[in-house]
Amino acid sequence: MDLDGVIVFKGWNLKGGLNLEGHKDLSRQYSIINTAIPNELIYPLVDRSGNVQTALVKAGERVLKGQVIAGSKGVQGTLLHAASSGLVKENEWRMIAHPSGLKSECLIIATDGLDECCPVDEPVDYTQLSAADICEKVHQAGIVGLGGAGFPTAVKITPNNVRTIDTLIINGVECEPYITCDDRLMQQYPSEILLGIQVLLRALAIENCVIGIEEDMPEAIEAIQKAIECSGFNQIQVKVVPAVYPAGGERQLIYQLTGRETPNQGFPADVGVVCQNVGTVMAVYQAIVKGQVLIERVVTVTGMGINKPQNMWARIGTPIKDLVSQCGGYNGPIERLIMGGLMMGFSLPDDDVGITKATNCILVATSKEVTKSSEAEMQPCIRCGECALACPVNLLPQQIYWHSQGGAHQKCQSFGLFDCIECGCCDVVCPSHIPLVQYLRASKSKVFLKRREDEAAMLAKQRFERRDTRKAQEKVAQEQRIRLKKLALVKLQKESASSPVKMQDKS
Amino acid sequence: MNFTWASAPHIKPRDSVSKIMFKVLLALLPSIFLLAWFFGCGVYINILLATSTALIAEAMVLKLRGRAVLKCLKDLSALVTAVLIGIAIPTLAPWWVVVLGTFFAIVIVKQLYGGLGFNLFNPAMAGYAFLLISFPQEMTAWAMPESLNVWLFSDIIRLIFSVQLPDAMTIDGITMATPLDVVKTQVAMNPYSDVTVLPLGIETLFAQGWGWLSLSYFVGGLWLVQQGIIAWQIPLGILSALALISAGFYFYDAQTYTSPLFHLLAGATMVGAFFIATDPVTAATAPKGRFVFGFMIGVLMYLIRVWGGYPDAMAFAVLLMNIAVPVIDYYTQPRVFGTRR
Repeated sequence: MDLDGVIVFKGWNLKGGLNLEGHKDLSRQYSIINTAIPNELIYPLVDRSGNVQTALVKAGERVLKGQVIAGSKGVQGTLLHAASSGLVKENEWRMIAHPSGLKSECLIIATDGLDECCPVDEPVDYTQLSAADICEKVHQAGIVGLGGAGFPTAVKITPNNVRTIDTLIINGVECEPYITCDDRLMQQYPSEILLGIQVLLRALAIENCVIGIEEDMPEAIEAIQKAIECSGFNQIQVKVVPAVYPAGGERQLIYQLTGRETPNQGFPADVGVVCQNVGTVMAVYQAIVKGQVLIERVVTVTGMGINKPQNMWARIGTPIKDLVSQCGGYNGPIERLIMGGLMMGFSLPDDDVGITKATNCILVATSKEVTKSSEAEMQPCIRCGECALACPVNLLPQQIYWHSQGGAHQKCQSFGLFDCIECGCCDVVCPSHIPLVQYLRASKSKVFLKRREDEAAMLAKQRFERRDTRKAQEKVAQEQRIRLKKLALVKLQKESASSPVKMQDKS
Repeated sequence: MNFTWASAPHIKPRDSVSKIMFKVLLALLPSIFLLAWFFGCGVYINILLATSTALIAEAMVLKLRGRAVLKCLKDLSALVTAVLIGIAIPTLAPWWVVVLGTFFAIVIVKQLYGGLGFNLFNPAMAGYAFLLISFPQEMTAWAMPESLNVWLFSDIIRLIFSVQLPDAMTIDGITMATPLDVVKTQVAMNPYSDVTVLPLGIETLFAQGWGWLSLSYFVGGLWLVQQGIIAWQIPLGILSALALISAGFYFYDAQTYTSPLFHLLAGATMVGAFFIATDPVTAATAPKGRFVFGFMIGVLMYLIRVWGGYPDAMAFAVLLMNIAVPVIDYYTQPRVFGTRR
C-alpha cells in the first residue's frame, strides 16, 4: 500500500495471538442492503451484563419509530427506542441474545408496516454544540458501544476530572474471522465516520485521533485515507495493524497503536485514551449531525450455511430468522447458529431471537467450519504450554486450568484469572482439546459465587452477633427489672410489716 | 429452527496429543537406525520388548482404573516412553531388564500417579534410574562396535533372551566401556591421572558411534523445535550450562577435566536435552522457568559426571529437577499484560 500519511506496522507488538483464516470474502464485497420491516421487534428487558431495562410503554399502546420504549437507571443507564411503529404486545418470556441461551422477559412490538416516525430534532451544527450537549444527545440517542461490549458511549466521552484524555482511538480492526460490518461501513461511509470523529473530538476537547485498521482491509484503508485528504481533517491518523487475532481487543489495540499498557484493573482512560468502534462513530454521526436515534446497525450475516452472505442495515430487535430469510435462507445442514464471531460469539439454540445493539454478526456455520462436539474429545493437559504462547495477555492458562480442576479458585486469581479476556486463542491451540475458556469462565463465576456466599455469611454473622448483643442487653434489662421489682417488694414488705395487714407470700 | 449449543470458540482445534507424540517418534527414527548400525540390532529387540510391555501394562492399568483403554493408548505417550527406554538401555542387556524397566515406568511412575499429564517424574528416566540402581552390571552391556561384524542376529537373540554367549567369547570381550565410563574409572583409580592420554578425542567419539548418535539426536531435536513440538528453552538451558561449566574447568585444567565438546557429544547429553528433559508434563511450564529447569539439569549433569558416583547423569539430573518444578513454576510466572512491571 502506498497511501501517503498511512502508518503501517510491520509487526504485532504484543505476545501471543493467532493468525486465523479470515473468511471475509464471503461478505465483504457486497454493499450493505436495507432490510424489510419485520412483523415483530423483540427487545429483551435485560442487557448482557444483567442490567434491567424498565419498559416505559404499556401493552396495547401504539409506539412510533424512534420513540423511547425502555430505559435503565443509574450512571450507566441507557435508552432503548422503537425501531418501527406498531402496537406494544404483552411482555413475553423469549429466548434472548445471551450466551446462556436462557429465556428472559421481552418487550415485543407488533409492527404495522407504516414505519411512522417520531418528530425528529432539527439537525444542528455540531460545531455549535458544547461537550455536555453532545454527551446528552448521545445518551438520548441510546448509543452504546457497537463493537460488542455495549458500554454506554455517553459515559465514555463525558469529561472526567480524574483522568486526562489526549487520544481518541477508533477501532476499525475487525480481527474476528467472517465479520465485515465495520469494513463495509468504512468503505461506504468514510466521510460520515470522519464527521462522527470530529463530534467525538469536540466532546472530548482533544485533537488527536488514530484510526486502527487491519492490513487485510485495503479498500477501507484507502477510502478513509482519501476522505481524510478531501476533508482536510489532517489530525486524524490512519494506522494499519497486522491481521493478528485479537488485534481488535480494546487494550491490545491501544498498546499496538500507542505503546501504552492499560492497567489491568483500570480503564483505557487511565492511559489517556478513549477507544470507540467504527460502528459507534457512525451512530454518533447519525445522532448528532442527522438527529437520528440508534434503531438500526450493520450486521454481517455470513457463513457457509447461508445462501447469500452479506451485510445489512438491520433494525435492533429484528428476529434472526427474518435476516436469514432476506439472505436467501439456510443452505444445507447447519451445525451451529452463532451470534458474534467464530472466536468469541455465542451459539444460539433458536433463530427466533431479536438482534441487539451489540450484535455485529450472525454466523450460520456448517460442520466444515466449526468443531463438532464429538470431535473435541478432551484429553488430559500435558502442560505443553501452547496456550501460554498464544495468550495475548501473557497468562499461563495451563496453570489456571490445573488449579481450577483442584477447586483452588483463589490460586487461579493469583495466576491472573480475571485478566483473561476470553479471546479463545488458548482453546484453538490446545492439543488436548480442552475447552480452556469455558473452564476459566466457570472458575470466574465460582469466585463470584464464593464472594457472594462470603458476603452472605458475613451478613449472617453480623446479624447473629447483633442478635447476641440484643439478647444480652435484654437479659441485663430483665435482671435489672427483676432486681428493681424485688427491691420494691422488699420495700413493700417492710411497709406492710409495719402495717396490720400481712402480705401473702409470693412463692 | 433449532441448533446445537456449544461454547466459544467455535473454531476447530489445530493439533492433537497423538500428532505431537508421533512427531517425537519420527524424530527419533534416524537415531534408532544409527544405534543399530553402531551397536547391533539389539536395539530393535529392546524397542520391541519395551513397546509391547508398555502397551500391555498401560492397557492393563487403564482397564483396572476403569478408563477408556483405546482412547488413552491412542495418545501414543506410552510408546514414546517405551522407545526412550528402548534406546537408553544397552543393546546387549538381558530381556528382563527392558521389560522390568518399562513396566516400572508405565505402571508405577505414570499410571499410579494418575496417567498422562499427572505424573511427577519423567517415566522413561525413572524407569532407567530404577534399573541403573538395581542392576548396574546389566546396565553397562554396550556392544563393542568391532565385535559385531562376526555376530549373527541369532547370536544376539540368544544373548538377550537366554544370556548365552557365542562360543569363545566373554562378556568383557564383546562389550566396552563408554567414553564416560572410561573417564570415571580412570579418575576413580587415580585422581591425578591425565585425561588427555585417554582415548577420548573427538575422532574416537565419532569412530565409536557416540558422536554420530549425538548429532542425529541434535538434528532430530532441532526439527522438533522447528515444528513447535518441544520448547527450545530446555535444550538451550542444558547445553549452555554444560558447555559453560565444562569450558570453565577445561580451560582451568585441561589435564583433569575433559573438553566441553566431549561433554556435549558423549553419553546422553543430546538425547536428554532434546527428547527427555523436554517431556512437557514433568518439565517447568513457563518459558523462563523452562530455561531455568534446563540450565539446572545441565549444572547437575556436570556435577554428577565429574564428582558423582555415576559416569552419566541425565536420568538423575532430570529426576532431581522434576522435584523442583513446582518451585520453578511459582517463581517464573510471566508478567500479565496490564500489571505492574
